[in-house]
Amino acid sequence: MNTVSVNENPFGRKLVLACLLPILLVNIVAFMVPVLNLAAMSFRAASSTGSLEEGITVSTWLGLFGDGYYWSMVGRTVWFGILITIITLLLSYPLALFVSRREGSLKAFLVVVCISPLLISAVVRTYGWMVILGDQGVLPSLIRASGFTPPRLINNETGVIIGMVEILMPYMILSLLSGFGKLDATLEQAAGTLGARPFTVFRRVVLPLSLPGILLGCLLCFVLAVSSFITPKMLAGGRVSLLATEIYDQAIVTLNWPLAACLSVLILVVFGAALVLYGRLSKIVE
Amino acid sequence: MIRGSMMLQGLIRTFQLLAIAAILAFLLAPVLLVFPISFSADAYVSWPPSGWSTKWYVALLENDEMLEAFRNSFLLALYVTVLTLLIATPAAVALARSTFVGRDTLISIFTAPLLLPSIVLGLAILIIFVGQGLVGTWPGMILGHLVITLPYALRVLLTGLGTLPMFVEDAAGTLGAHPLTVFRRITLPLMTPALVATGALSFIVSFDEVVISLFIAGTQLKLLPVSLYHYVESRTDPLVAAVSAIMVLGTLLIVLIMERAMGLRRTVAK
Repeated sequence: MNTVSVNENPFGRKLVLACLLPILLVNIVAFMVPVLNLAAMSFRAASSTGSLEEGITVSTWLGLFGDGYYWSMVGRTVWFGILITIITLLLSYPLALFVSRREGSLKAFLVVVCISPLLISAVVRTYGWMVILGDQGVLPSLIRASGFTPPRLINNETGVIIGMVEILMPYMILSLLSGFGKLDATLEQAAGTLGARPFTVFRRVVLPLSLPGILLGCLLCFVLAVSSFITPKMLAGGRVSLLATEIYDQAIVTLNWPLAACLSVLILVVFGAALVLYGRLSKIVE
Repeated sequence: MIRGSMMLQGLIRTFQLLAIAAILAFLLAPVLLVFPISFSADAYVSWPPSGWSTKWYVALLENDEMLEAFRNSFLLALYVTVLTLLIATPAAVALARSTFVGRDTLISIFTAPLLLPSIVLGLAILIIFVGQGLVGTWPGMILGHLVITLPYALRVLLTGLGTLPMFVEDAAGTLGAHPLTVFRRITLPLMTPALVATGALSFIVSFDEVVISLFIAGTQLKLLPVSLYHYVESRTDPLVAAVSAIMVLGTLLIVLIMERAMGLRRTVAK
């Protein structure tokens, strides 16, 4: 980075540096230093009173690996991530395909409708799900009104999965739409004209061409599902413990920063594994 | 035979449309249902409401904590947006209009905070901020939010600058205009749509940010998403629905600004 060499541009070298200095400062002070410090924090240990013990140690890591509770938590987090990603894909795919086949202002409108929930606060959207799934909420009341006993939909895993799927759908739709960009309607028509049945056209033409978008959307959803904290916390009422909610509890409630730091590194390892898998699968697809 | 298969096709089409409508309803249900609930006359959330009233909006106007949280969040988002534009605009222009070794690496470093889960980022910032006494302070909050708004801003501005015709700037430069004059008279006016989209995005990202705020706002500095989160933890009356309805309408305004300026999809695309 010291070897910034500026050639043939309207800005002088000093001006470029001056332009980049503020963003670099914020990045170093509030991103790089905190993240490196967090990694270092995982090699400290907390005493029973919550204060940090002197010296560098791997005891927090060893305690983590020796505790089956955390192993099953990682397993549950990954399993939830996969389940949520698959359901999100199944619901988003038909909608994205439908939107990509509209034209003009209708398409623009539908794109805005599908994506704008992304900009609405996660707290507000999750509260919306509490209104729908709560015991006196919209869905149980409708089920009761039709003479059935509603299953419990909130403060358990079902609620978390329903809420997360909806929260993540705009991300999936966005990825799928960019993937569908490569899809040419004439290809489908050609396949149809040559006698392929609609399902065959879908399986042999549409699906393979949209695979890159599917992979990107799945990566994004999995990563966001694994690290989400607000929605699981609000819809599970503390009854489902996942990596992200445990990080918050350890950091804010128990004040065990080293353990929270270890769990953070663990989440990043899951992220890394997902990225590697994504890279492998992308190569196969192309 | 042909008529039968046409009827079958029509049936399949209707079924498809119904399925699409159902998925769309699922996607929009939580956002839309806060509106009727916010006009409920009940003391708690129930469906259907036993009557309609505006009492929860009145209650909101009398709730000092929520009003203070709203004011703080609005001011914070405003400060963060102004600072984001001031910091990210020169950086984006410098990165887009000059070539030097390590330019792409720098862009990756500047946008890296978006790759980190906010729960991890929040914890990392908290630990540093506690040592510096920045928890629950305005400078701390602004810095914590800049970490996430700056990468978004840089990405949108770089996309916007990428579509601008560079030859106009080159021509002005060739004719002897000072680089700063070129920037002020040519580049800045041309990138106005990108700046508007960036400003709108920064504002909504800061106003909605909850995870990082939960970590570093402490108990003194009240922010709307954090107050809502804590409120819902203990009570389930329709007050939050009233706040939510207002926030949804506010977000709609931001969406319209973005769509007009640069297109929503290009602004928020990952």
